[in-house]
Amino acid sequence: MTGEPVLSLKGVSKSFGPIEVLHSVDLDLRAGEVLALIGENGAGKSTTMKILAGYQPPTSGRVLLDGKEVSFGSIHEGEEGGIVMIHQEFNLAEQLTVEQNIFLGREIRKGLLLDKAKMRRLTREYLDRVKCRVHPDTLVSKLSNSDKQMVEIAKALSRDARVLIMDEPTAALTGSETQVLFEQVRAMRAHGTAVLFTSHRLNEVSEIADRVTVLRDGSVVHDGPASEISEDGMATAMVGRDVSALYPEKPGHGPDREVMLRVTGLNVPGHAEGVGFDLHRGEILGVAGLIGAGRTETMEGLCGLRPASAERVEIGGEAVTIQRPSDALDRGLCYLTEDRKLRGLLLEKDLRVNLTLQALHRFGGALIDTAAEERALDKAIEDFDIRAGRRDMAVGNLSGGNQQKLLLAKVMQSEPRILIVDEPTRGIDIGTKQQIYAFLRGLADQGHGIVMISSEMQEVIGLSDRVMVMRTGRVAGMLEGDNINEDAIVRLAMGVGAVKSERVA
Amino acid sequence: MTTESVNAGARRSLPSMSVLGPILALVILIVIGFSLNSNFLSAANITNVLARSAFIGIIAVGMTFVITAGGLDLSVGSMAAFIAGLMILVMNAALPTLGIGIPIILLGMATALIAGIVAGLINGFLITTIRIEAFIVTLGTMGIYRSLVTWMADGGTLSLDFGLRTFYRPVYFSGILGISWPIIVFALTVIVGEILMSRARFGRHCAATGSNERVAHYSNVDVNRTRLLTYAMLGMLVGVATIMYVPRLGSASASTGVLWELEAIAAVIIGGTLLKGGFGRVWGTVIGVLILSMIDNILNLTDLVSPYLNGAIQGVIIILAVILQREAKAKG
Repeated sequence: MTGEPVLSLKGVSKSFGPIEVLHSVDLDLRAGEVLALIGENGAGKSTTMKILAGYQPPTSGRVLLDGKEVSFGSIHEGEEGGIVMIHQEFNLAEQLTVEQNIFLGREIRKGLLLDKAKMRRLTREYLDRVKCRVHPDTLVSKLSNSDKQMVEIAKALSRDARVLIMDEPTAALTGSETQVLFEQVRAMRAHGTAVLFTSHRLNEVSEIADRVTVLRDGSVVHDGPASEISEDGMATAMVGRDVSALYPEKPGHGPDREVMLRVTGLNVPGHAEGVGFDLHRGEILGVAGLIGAGRTETMEGLCGLRPASAERVEIGGEAVTIQRPSDALDRGLCYLTEDRKLRGLLLEKDLRVNLTLQALHRFGGALIDTAAEERALDKAIEDFDIRAGRRDMAVGNLSGGNQQKLLLAKVMQSEPRILIVDEPTRGIDIGTKQQIYAFLRGLADQGHGIVMISSEMQEVIGLSDRVMVMRTGRVAGMLEGDNINEDAIVRLAMGVGAVKSERVA
Repeated sequence: MTTESVNAGARRSLPSMSVLGPILALVILIVIGFSLNSNFLSAANITNVLARSAFIGIIAVGMTFVITAGGLDLSVGSMAAFIAGLMILVMNAALPTLGIGIPIILLGMATALIAGIVAGLINGFLITTIRIEAFIVTLGTMGIYRSLVTWMADGGTLSLDFGLRTFYRPVYFSGILGISWPIIVFALTVIVGEILMSRARFGRHCAATGSNERVAHYSNVDVNRTRLLTYAMLGMLVGVATIMYVPRLGSASASTGVLWELEAIAAVIIGGTLLKGGFGRVWGTVIGVLILSMIDNILNLTDLVSPYLNGAIQGVIIILAVILQREAKAKG
């Protein structure tokens, strides 16, 4: 566990233009040690990792590899030094197969030709090690996010990394997949690899990390053995204030509240069948289930975003037909996507354009009233605490948490009465989560109806007034009050009597 | 995560370079042109350059919208030839009944506009509803229209009746206050196009569609309708350009409008619109068109370089423009 650091940062600072984002950071990665780097979105984790992996040079300070100062001229030199980084946004060629990706740039050759047999054998071996059951000839574009993550890890295994840097490797994984990943991490640790990873799930940090380094606003605020800091301690160090009250209090309404949305017999071909539920005024309805249970597809079908049919949909007691997104929006029903980067925001465009896109008709007539847009942006930045360096920056350069807050502000421009949020806090830090929970509860208290799809058990339990559990495209059960607990949700999600050890995703 | 400020400082320079680039190139060309031949800035020559730019320019404005929304249209040159042929056939056929006069001209114009809109809608329908790649669809219709006009002309030239041509000529050759009609129509198209692109909902929807179709769909933008409208609008503008073009020569043949589509696309790209879609500017396209026709004009006015090398120089300019814009971006 101890010994000389393999890779370290000494007094590293990094500035982008006039803004310094890292202030004299010291960090050591040791062979056979797992270091968790945690911090809020925008604390400097990504920049730190990029400097470690040689993607970016530090503005000042030194990077030491085996005690010797290095300046990586390119990513390749970082890889030569045995440093492999797995990005949060996967670095896979979508149109190549799994096998081609694993050996991309270092194909094994026999003479002039590729040694396909050997590559196939090794690919199968690496995939087996991560318990990934995809065929080596599958195109990466056809893989799910969790399989892509496993392929990335298989690729890192093939590189025989001395230092492995992973940016939120578990964000796209289910509970059991996370365990497979951790087994691999433990094996690599035993093998003498230095591992650094980031995660917003603090229980994972406690589980796998040997050391924890906490960044806040570009400075290291805590560094020590993982055994010496509790999850609460980590959260407090990250945020700089106490966040034990993560979930706002539930008001505890009676069941007699007015029904805002009543869905009966909703079918989404290939994904959901016969889904029905009621949503009451002022309520947060959690939707739990395994990944692939059809939760997202059900709600997208309901909102006219994909083909669907329903026996009956009532909004405010009135039967409605929703065939396209505008039908839903006209009736105050709005869906916030789980995928902010691919479906939620135009990453190349600035904040203003993104904010108003969904409700552009509300800003001027035939011509857009840009002054009104600017005012709306001022208000959104204020209301949602969106922290952007400059307001005309591309939103792709915002941190995940700020993107999520902008996305929330964007759907609120349509003034929905019923808001369906899908994984509203995926990949964002605990401080921002707290803000989003408070916001959702606030909306409910103002008389909105909220449906929240979430794969985070604690979130579902902590925030929902009622929970609908889905399994293989059907409603498996509805939980209320004290019945909302992990055990009940898991049983419904897995089918009654299922083995409890499988974690709900 | 921490990338709030990544690119922030440098991004400020991005617009300035990509905005200044085309304008600077145009200014340099004007200076070169004037230093080589003092007639370059004479009213007659300026009118000549602008009038010749008008056809491609009007089409290129429409092309800007198509490309911004993430599409492409290779068929516009052939479409122009086909519409010109159709217009001539219709007008010649109506001559015995209508006689020479305003009504027959209006009939010809209506034919051109309707044919253009229908042709654009066909392209758009195949691309959006049937979901075939824009490149393939318009490559197909490009061949179809080219072949149709050749067939209509029976391999030769379709000519407007001589009397009719004399009556129609002023639409190209005269104008108001010494400004010829093609220039006026071009200017109006540009003004309306620029407002539509930068200030109207439609322009914003085009940019959103071209930037990320899925995000646009999830943001309540009717992606198919937006795309369809860009093709229909481009078709209509091809019709407008043809209305201006027919009186100039009074004929149409298999060689009418050859390579117009590439000139229009080149002008759009030189002007700073992204070929992959998501960002477009009409005024940039105008500068692109002017740059291309000015090179042609300079080569014709001076004997420094053979006019036969016109295409080569234009090609270099197109590649340079894209490199310059990428450089500006890479720094950002």
